[in-house]
Amino acid sequence: MKKLGKIYTALIMFFMYMPIIVLIIFSFNDGKTTVWKGFTLNWYRDLFKDEQIIGALWNTLAIAIIASVIATVIGTMAAIGINNFKGKKRLLIQNASNIEILSPDIVTGVSLMLMFTIAGVAFHFQMGFWTVLLAHITFCTPYVVLSVLPRIRHMDYSLYEAALDLGCNQWQAFRKVVIHELMPGIFTGFLMSFTYSLDDFVITYFTRGATFQTLSVQIYTMTHQRISPKINALSALMFVAVIILMLIINIKDRREEKEQEQKVRI
Amino acid sequence: MKQTKNDIIVSLKDIFVEFDGEVILNHINLDIRDKEFVTILGPSGCGKTTTLRIIGGFLEPKTGEVYFDGEKINGLPPHKRNVNTVFQKYSLFPHLNVFDNIAFGMRIKKVPKDEIKKRVKEMLAIVDLKGYEKRSVSKLSGGQQQRVAIARALVCDPKVLLLDEPLGALDLKLRKIMQSELKQIQQKTNTTFIYVTHDQEEALTMSDTVVVMNNGIIEQIGSPTDVYNEPVNAFVADFIGEANILNGVMIDDCRVRVLEEELECVDKGFGQNTPVDVVIRPEDIEVVKPEEAKLVGEVVDVVFKGVHYEMTVMCKGCEWIIHSTECSPVGTTIGMKVIPFNIQIMNKMFLDEKNTFYADVISSDKTENSITVRVEDSEFEIEGHYYEEGTKLAISIPPSGLSIAGDGVGHLDDVYIESVIFKGEHNEIILESDSQKWLMQSDVDEQVATYVPVKFDFAKAEFRVMEGENEA
Repeated sequence: MKKLGKIYTALIMFFMYMPIIVLIIFSFNDGKTTVWKGFTLNWYRDLFKDEQIIGALWNTLAIAIIASVIATVIGTMAAIGINNFKGKKRLLIQNASNIEILSPDIVTGVSLMLMFTIAGVAFHFQMGFWTVLLAHITFCTPYVVLSVLPRIRHMDYSLYEAALDLGCNQWQAFRKVVIHELMPGIFTGFLMSFTYSLDDFVITYFTRGATFQTLSVQIYTMTHQRISPKINALSALMFVAVIILMLIINIKDRREEKEQEQKVRI
Repeated sequence: MKQTKNDIIVSLKDIFVEFDGEVILNHINLDIRDKEFVTILGPSGCGKTTTLRIIGGFLEPKTGEVYFDGEKINGLPPHKRNVNTVFQKYSLFPHLNVFDNIAFGMRIKKVPKDEIKKRVKEMLAIVDLKGYEKRSVSKLSGGQQQRVAIARALVCDPKVLLLDEPLGALDLKLRKIMQSELKQIQQKTNTTFIYVTHDQEEALTMSDTVVVMNNGIIEQIGSPTDVYNEPVNAFVADFIGEANILNGVMIDDCRVRVLEEELECVDKGFGQNTPVDVVIRPEDIEVVKPEEAKLVGEVVDVVFKGVHYEMTVMCKGCEWIIHSTECSPVGTTIGMKVIPFNIQIMNKMFLDEKNTFYADVISSDKTENSITVRVEDSEFEIEGHYYEEGTKLAISIPPSGLSIAGDGVGHLDDVYIESVIFKGEHNEIILESDSQKWLMQSDVDEQVATYVPVKFDFAKAEFRVMEGENEA
């Protein structure tokens, strides 16, 4: 029975990761077709020579970093605010924040596009970097709320009171004590925002306007023209980047769990 | 200690607090003298922690004034009060080490670095944690965390230190050690300590003054010996130490009747034939030969307690507890003698034993001989009685006619148990519903400060029709 379980898990893993492994293997293929013609790093070299792609990479990183930082700040404040509400009001606001996570990207994307178009006509601006940034902040913030809120709920409220008791005003108590308690949640929220922002295609596609490119959109447009193995190389790099981020999140969570266990033992 | 006006450091005047319609503090007045060790003692839910939070500034009373050193401090936030708190769960900052935890308050107040170092060092010496500066607080034991919490609060040099059940999480042995250490620290630092606990022994051991609270009011304020030897009512007597509490009748000054025996006592001024509570401490009963005492009983249980034997004696249907260094084996008949000075007489906490309440007949059935009545927010049927619809009834039920519905279905729901006192034969339980208090007799030990459904035995009830006095 145990063996069967292992085989089952192995099969699942195989089917899940096979396509990506194939993609990574073929990013090193010295040929343009799906026939293996020998190992090469040419596609990676070409990739970094392609100014369009490099431009798109910088755009993606800039959007991801700025959006996740702003979303972390807004999300943390929102989580604290939500926690101060009681009963039905709290449930209402919390769910309103979660709906953004649950609703399909295409709905978020199209509705944001509509809004930006209308606003653009009214205030004379074109969609581009700023609209994509706003869109990313919008969909990242709920993830921060989601990861910070449980931390607040489990925080020992008397820590905050102890800080007040020792002479802090409310802001000092937050800065010197509360934020340290919430840090793991805030950090997870930041990493999640960053990953989702890097990852996003649909919402970016609808809010980017005519010229602004990010990596995912760039790949999509490239597939329209002709299939270049550069795409394989780029996808492989993105996959590795996301894997590294996920590893960081997981290792951090694991460490915290261990700390918690130690505290319980004491 | 002199009781001049200047001695008072904290003063609470007519403090009233309620949450969601539930009264937590019912107009309490409390003066705390400077440099005293004051303990606020009471069962859980009595309002003791709330009182502490009001002094600390974490809670504003709905009405009433808080004075600190003669100045009114209502509305003043915690960080502007010259008061520090040791919290129940210590609440040390986990991201800081021992030194940084203790230095926290001084750093906020921008005390120079050298002085911080010096004062932390002094404080660590006082709480007996020399050399622990660099330790992580999460790696300390409960007792050590406790001491860091005390040091962190005391290093700010407060005029008053508030302690909220700080020893609750420690084991018995450590608690005893910490008790005497706390007292020493208080004397060394010459600070006023306000200590909240539900542990009567802790209160008696450490305090200069004990404040006994119950149900949002202060029952008694006095020195440990006062509250132990001269409790004001049966609740205090029962809560502090062990006591035999019995129903008695004061025949006249210095003469009380208990279990049909007339005993001599020293209390006066209760009037004639007044029902009273009689309290006798277990160690005040002298075991003598049966023919030498008025009260005679049979030993039914003996437990060796180290210093003394605890004997349970049945006397005229009542259980008595006696502490004696000499053992009388189970089955022996003994006489129990108490000198008049050791018989405490106190007014009953609950004068009306009839439990009269008012009910509106909302429908009635002549053939079934039954009525449906509304009492407070509940409606129920009473069989075997018939009154016309619309009648207002006064119903009286003796304490033995009340019971707690074991099946959860009672006539009145969510009745609050205010106190449970063992009176030799039964428990006397005081209940509080929305509109009144009730006295109940029960052989079961009920949990104080909980809500229960209550059932009435209408076979024991007296019915009276209210006429013309409806709106009275």
